Amino acid sequence: MDLDKEIQALNDQIAILRERVKKGEHQLINEVVKLRKRFKKLAKEKMESLSAWDRVQLARHPKRPHTIDYINNLFTDFIELHGDRRFADDKAIIAGFANFEGKPVCIIGHEKGRDTKEKIERNFGMPHPEGYRKAIRVMKLAEKFKRPVITFIDTPGAYPGIGAEERGQSQAIAESIMTMGSLRTPIVATVIGEGGSGGALALGVADRILMLENAIYSVISPEGCAAILFKSAESAPQAAENLKITAKNLFELGIIDYIVKEPLGGAHLQPEKMYRILRRALRDNLKLTENKNLDKLVEDRHRKFYSMGRFIEK
Amino acid sequence: MGLKDFIDKFKGRKKLKIEEGSWIKCEKCKSLLFIDDLLKNLKICPHCGYTFRMSAKERVDSLLDTVYNYDLFSKIKPVDIIGFKDTKRYKDRLKEAQEKTGLNDAIIVAHGKMFDKEVVIASMDFNFMGGSMGSVVGAKFVRGAEFAIEKRIPFISVAASGGARMQESIISLMQMAKTSIAVDRMNKAGILYISVLTDPTMGGVSASFAFLGDIIIAEPESLIGFAGPRVIEQTIRQQLPEGFQRSEFLLEKGQIDMVVDRKNLKKTIYTLIKHTHG
Ligand SMILES: [Zn+2]
Repeated sequence: MDLDKEIQALNDQIAILRERVKKGEHQLINEVVKLRKRFKKLAKEKMESLSAWDRVQLARHPKRPHTIDYINNLFTDFIELHGDRRFADDKAIIAGFANFEGKPVCIIGHEKGRDTKEKIERNFGMPHPEGYRKAIRVMKLAEKFKRPVITFIDTPGAYPGIGAEERGQSQAIAESIMTMGSLRTPIVATVIGEGGSGGALALGVADRILMLENAIYSVISPEGCAAILFKSAESAPQAAENLKITAKNLFELGIIDYIVKEPLGGAHLQPEKMYRILRRALRDNLKLTENKNLDKLVEDRHRKFYSMGRFIEK
Repeated sequence: MGLKDFIDKFKGRKKLKIEEGSWIKCEKCKSLLFIDDLLKNLKICPHCGYTFRMSAKERVDSLLDTVYNYDLFSKIKPVDIIGFKDTKRYKDRLKEAQEKTGLNDAIIVAHGKMFDKEVVIASMDFNFMGGSMGSVVGAKFVRGAEFAIEKRIPFISVAASGGARMQESIISLMQMAKTSIAVDRMNKAGILYISVLTDPTMGGVSASFAFLGDIIIAEPESLIGFAGPRVIEQTIRQQLPEGFQRSEFLLEKGQIDMVVDRKNLKKTIYTLIKHTHG
């Protein structure tokens, strides 16, 4: 990943020079333009040659924007709702009401946390059943008040633990999937980072499924697949390749509806630009779900998922 | 079905630890069992009660008195969608599993009568790639559910699965959504859906249709859960308590309605059908 380091260095250098230009050192403009050109060239080169495993790293990049960042930058008047009314408040999932471009919506998303303390609080974005039950509660509120649901998917997977199993991880995920399947309000889901298995799909049954260019979405993590099928942890990059987990792969397989372009080098390099791009994508995709008869909306959603799967019949 | 047919079928199957001849060793108490006795006893060890895994067809035979059709959608067959290869090609794994089990994939959807009640049974076979759910399992489950809706008869699923079929990647994940939607369509149509969980019911099958039954019944001592016990142990770095993720444990935690042994399963299901569709 030397290329990556060089790109990051260039990006930082450009930012510093820009600051100096702003403060009056106008002679540096030419230098900025030059560096910017080189940055673009390298970044493009890199993006085109990225392996699936590289994208796994980008999807999990520590500086990649999370659900919280999108909420803060794309929405206004966010009010967070807490708890599943049964056991606890799971901080691995954030949910609440907000406005998107002046229109009221419901938001539900996985949140991994940024610093160590927050990561632990949010369990690295790995929900317990309570998280999914909170999500279901908010979905039903959205249905009741006729608000579209916008979900953000970013999780390594549902948490594998004793409490999670005792309290019905399977049942909670299944119910969330089923609830979304027939929810009588539009749903737009976006895979923003890591789409880890059933724990991701539990927020992913939508009328429009978007995926960021460098996000991944898979039935099992490349590491898990390597351990089980390849019988060696070192095969994770190969597993990532073979599993076909990139946005391009999923679009070609007809699983997602829309690839959201990322700024050159990845969302973490220019988050502001990422917010602008995703805002536009959400606006366009929400529009496609609006003003539909609700029976038809649900029927179309059923048909969409019923059509997923390939087999021969003869 | 006559005992002779049952035995012929049994012998035809290559795996399931049946050694040459007509004796088999119990996994639990190690006693040598005469196959005829085992089959007469629904594959339950007469000495210790250990339940041997049933094939999809054996399960159907144990629940139906009249079978109209063992596999309503037998024309649906798997394909290697993404050209997947790990240490083996998916294509080759499919071929092996098909030869081993005589099935097209890990599920059959049977139509018949339980005593006087017409039902649909979606029965999974663990011997076919660990009962994993890919496109064919998803498609046949959904067709079975729609068939039950159309005929207005109860739908029963018998799960035996390690989870989603990794070799079909993201498409196998989507079968969770597909089958869950089918269950909801039965809900809305007022069709009874009984989910039977057998050993094992894990991952993507557990976290979709298997836990969406109106009534959930588990066979004794079956391993049932979302994450596998090894994954959990590695994550939490501690040993799991005795009986964790077993049927009896789930009953105690309020996750299932009942634990019913094989000999009482048919009667229990039949009684439930009478209570709901009587
Ligand atoms: Zn025994």
